[in-house]
Amino acid sequence: MDKKLVSFIVAGDPNPEATLKFMKALSKHSDIIELGIPFSDPMADGETIQMADIRALNNGMKVSKVFDIIREFRKYSNTPIVVMTYYNPVFNMGLERFLKELKESGGNGLIVVDLPVEDSEEYLSLCKKYGINTIFLAAPNTSEDRIKRIDNASSMFVYLVSLYGTTGVRREISNLAIDFLKRTKKLCKNPVYVGFGISEKEHAKRFIENGADGVVVGSAYVKIIEEYGDSEETAKKLEEKAMELKEGILEGSK
Amino acid sequence: MEMRFGKYGGQYVPEVLIPSLKELEKAYKEYKDDPEFKEELDYYLKNYAGRETPLYFAENLTKKIGGAKIYLKREDLLLGGAHKINNSIGQALLAKKMGKTRLIAETGAGEHGLSSAMVGALFKMKTRIYMGAIDVERQKLNVYKMKLHGAEVYPVESGSKTLKDAINEALRDWVETFEDTYYLIGSVVGPYPYPSIVRDFQSVIGKEAKKQILDIEGKLPECIVACVGGGSNSIGIFNEFKNYKEVKLIGVEAAGEGLDTEKHAAALLKGKEGILHGMLSYFLQDEDGQIRPTHSISAGLDYPGVGPEHAYLKDMGAVEYVGITDEEALNAFLELSKTEGIIPALESSHALAHAMKIAKEMDSDEIIIVNLSGRGDKDLDTVMNYVKF
Ligand SMILES: Cc1ncc(COP(=O)(O)O)c(C=O)c1O
Repeated sequence: MDKKLVSFIVAGDPNPEATLKFMKALSKHSDIIELGIPFSDPMADGETIQMADIRALNNGMKVSKVFDIIREFRKYSNTPIVVMTYYNPVFNMGLERFLKELKESGGNGLIVVDLPVEDSEEYLSLCKKYGINTIFLAAPNTSEDRIKRIDNASSMFVYLVSLYGTTGVRREISNLAIDFLKRTKKLCKNPVYVGFGISEKEHAKRFIENGADGVVVGSAYVKIIEEYGDSEETAKKLEEKAMELKEGILEGSK
Repeated sequence: MEMRFGKYGGQYVPEVLIPSLKELEKAYKEYKDDPEFKEELDYYLKNYAGRETPLYFAENLTKKIGGAKIYLKREDLLLGGAHKINNSIGQALLAKKMGKTRLIAETGAGEHGLSSAMVGALFKMKTRIYMGAIDVERQKLNVYKMKLHGAEVYPVESGSKTLKDAINEALRDWVETFEDTYYLIGSVVGPYPYPSIVRDFQSVIGKEAKKQILDIEGKLPECIVACVGGGSNSIGIFNEFKNYKEVKLIGVEAAGEGLDTEKHAAALLKGKEGILHGMLSYFLQDEDGQIRPTHSISAGLDYPGVGPEHAYLKDMGAVEYVGITDEEALNAFLELSKTEGIIPALESSHALAHAMKIAKEMDSDEIIIVNLSGRGDKDLDTVMNYVKF
């Protein structure tokens, strides 16, 4: 099966129109677009995404506008969209209503960073009801038993956090990450995608060579948005970045 | 130990923290009833922190107000000047048993940061304190004290730059460092098992108070009043009394500039259910589920959430929750300073202010115990802005 590139940006960073423009640019080389819902207290995120959340919220971003962006994007593209969020905005809206709106707008999957599998019974049955894929994260210290549980609860893919830390660009890939990938790959029936810290072609290539079914990239794009703001230049640079990463994936697949 | 209090609590954290929380749960279960551990804990509580603390009859204040007898549980007399040390000693001992060599902690008023810095020095552990940049500014004295004890104080510039952001930053640290680092949470908040652990270590307050009031008065009090930030000093004194229906328990939240303004920190009175910092509880949040900025004259109550056990106690009607404004707290601060020669923390002044309100309406043979959770030296900078001599 083809190896995938998942490209993450924060919805509404710096405004909804820009996000739509950026999604179109990224989708030229990405297999899945991951949209983050900005949150006031993003404890699993490093500085880059924290700042993106603040930019979006300061410009009046709302959960309902995330659905508007997806709906608008669907007029142009079939690229699957996965939404990544902390639990509170979902909980606050009501899980069922959230899933219904996500589905109706054209969203395909959901990642809730701080919802552990133990507490996901209702979540899983409602996601199933509304046809939303569920993606859970696993970390290098996750036990084999839990990885199996996470795999069972996931559809679409299992998301491996490649390091001990928050999101953000890192220079190198650790051997820990590669070992963890190999170990997890053996346990999962779902495709296994790796994320956190990936920003360059070589990173993507190395994970794919070592068995990853896809890579997730976020902060590398968000840094571009941080630097160039709402501009054509940003869209162009995002597209180039996605192309570079996709090349790494193709090279790693050989 | 309970993963949930009714529906509240839980373990809403990123996957990478689950193993650390399981490790903590296992260790705590192993040591909590271990005679040697308890002996060591008691030793440090007595000889280092200064337990037991007195239960003091505030006779002048009682006479002045005219009504119920007001007793003060003097947690302000502990080393560091607040109840926070009860929990910090307990958790630091646990951290040592777990083989951890580094402590991290969050702090608002600086009291928990200070008590963590103290135990870090005592048990020779590297200590880093996360503190919102705004709190670093308004609690300079405590920042300096923490540094005297060899702790590193890390000003948090993200978000609202107060306690909630310090917790976020401490969690971000822990995600990277859990192998050698113990996260010493300062209140009955956070993911399971923290709310249970902190409650257990703070329960010594209520245990002593019950014995003391029975010794002095030969009966239980009619009423116990404590302030609620995250909720540790209040749970600490309530816990021993919660099975006595005849004892009324009152938790006092920070009503800031008024409960009908945006500027308060009354999560139980004005918040709604939500999920943050690993727990399902009450939080002050906007219509989109974004956590709202809070305000209180006291940094220690300036938190948008509250421990999950309080959420449960509120729903059960087991504890009454009320609000006290900045102004009322300040007046109580001045009153106690003047009538008894005791300077209370601004946090504790909230409890005191409410006790003064209800004492008037009660009979002179009735008893109120106020948990005087801390002393007010740390707040003098703040108070000087309001009151000039
Ligand atoms: C003296 C004092 N009382 C009360 C509090 C509030 O915390 P809690 O509600 O956990 O007791 C603090 C917190 O910093 C404090 O310093």
